[in-house]
Amino acid sequence: MSTRELTCIGCPVGCALEVELQGNDVISVKGNTCKIGENYAKKECTNPTRVVTSSVLVTGGESEILPVKTEKDIPKDLIYKCIGALKGVVVKAPIHIGDIVLENVLDTGVNIIATKDIEKS
Amino acid sequence: MQEYDLVIIGGGPAGLAAAVSANDQGINSILIIERDDQLGGILNQCIHNGFGLHTFKEELTGPEYSKRFIDKVVALDIEYKLDTMVLDVNDDKQVTAVNTEDGILEIKAKAIILAMGCRERPRGALNIPGSRCSGIYTAGTAQKYVNVEGLMPGKEVVILGSGDIGLIMARRMTLEGAKVKACVELMPHSSGLKRNIVQCLDDFNIPLKLSHTITNIVGQDRLEGVTIAEVDEHRKPIKGTEQYIPCDTLLLSVGLLPENELSRQANVKLSRVTGGPEVDESMQTSIPGIFTCGNVLHVHDLVDNVTTESYTAGKNAADYINGIHHVGTGIEVFATAGVRYTVPQTINAENIGDGIDVRFRVGEVFKNSYVSVYFDDALEMHLKKKILTPGEMESVKLTKAIFNKYSDCKKITIKIEKE
Repeated sequence: MSTRELTCIGCPVGCALEVELQGNDVISVKGNTCKIGENYAKKECTNPTRVVTSSVLVTGGESEILPVKTEKDIPKDLIYKCIGALKGVVVKAPIHIGDIVLENVLDTGVNIIATKDIEKS
Repeated sequence: MQEYDLVIIGGGPAGLAAAVSANDQGINSILIIERDDQLGGILNQCIHNGFGLHTFKEELTGPEYSKRFIDKVVALDIEYKLDTMVLDVNDDKQVTAVNTEDGILEIKAKAIILAMGCRERPRGALNIPGSRCSGIYTAGTAQKYVNVEGLMPGKEVVILGSGDIGLIMARRMTLEGAKVKACVELMPHSSGLKRNIVQCLDDFNIPLKLSHTITNIVGQDRLEGVTIAEVDEHRKPIKGTEQYIPCDTLLLSVGLLPENELSRQANVKLSRVTGGPEVDESMQTSIPGIFTCGNVLHVHDLVDNVTTESYTAGKNAADYINGIHHVGTGIEVFATAGVRYTVPQTINAENIGDGIDVRFRVGEVFKNSYVSVYFDDALEMHLKKKILTPGEMESVKLTKAIFNKYSDCKKITIKIEKE
């Protein structure tokens, strides 16, 4: 049996979590003040994930940069590859919040979507 | 001179929420004045996620969060002017502004909401020796370059200060291919949110050097490196601990200052601690009819808190315009023993509805301590807290029932106690 101390990143409260592990299995989570903390602790000890945010280029719009994000969290060890996959992506204005910028990034089943409206210039 | 019921200065999250809330109370004659070319304020450059967990129960990026309020403002037909700079506000509630279309605008308002936000403490306020080379930016300036303009400020980065914008930029610059060598913090604790230490520094193995500062800046045209040193308990550099770090970029994340030039011109009384106006329970300043909310009032960690505070300001400004505001002296709220300040600073229980959230910050880190609220000498609340840090705003909810219990109370005291 081993324990691991984590800080929950589920919300800005940042609860100090204490996770009891048996090998790779999570036995218990303490210190969380809500369900998000428990889920985060379990995921962080087995398959840590993150939502990745970045930006891509836009042509023909009132702005040249479009902020984007992964629609859901993706495995943490794919963060750099995900950013790499966005290199060279150029979208055309108009584009709106939620529009898909890149489908199924790195075969994760997760789309990269726009997080800002950019109208035609 | 044009006339509006309500003029809101600033079209960021505070101004937008205040406008929506005043409109909810039946005020239709509203003008929002914004100096940038779009509404949304600083959220436009905060493309990371983590906004809106309290307000919308989901995790949004900055532009997504602000879009929800911009959509409301547009749907409600609330008037706004972009690219418009307010030059003067006076205590007669007259606003002078300028833009390239209208020229000089003179506006008379029944009520004004100050929502100008804050700006970053610059290098000039720090007294770091060394040359004035290029490559030194505030973290927010770098954030605008990267996220809005699509430009990278440099390749090898040191960050001074551990404010949230600095932490967010440590991650962003790393993902965009820069090498962030260290985040250097003068205090023995970070001033940023814990979650940002984890997901912006720890995730990328960026060292956080607590109790360290920069003692020299080297470089002629462009920054070449900085010298860092450990500091003692008086925050003075310790001889012999100096370490040189080559870098071409230095980002400063060393504090935010409420932007109150206009408040001063209007003779609004400012707090020495927050740098923002002193307010009563309705977010009204010392000038009747001038209200305030958001980072111009006191610097927040969470936009969700800005939104709720701004709803309060908007509702009360509407009540003031509609003539249903209760005047009279409020009870003073006194911050002491570890509590640096409270907002509001006075409370008139007639105006608080069911209750009021009093927000505050502590001056140092407290572990296993209690937040105590006294009504005169009576201990009314005694809340155990595992940890209290200066980087995280706290609040206590004081219900109307408590005020009814202490109807003769002259002074409320909020302090930190060990037991």
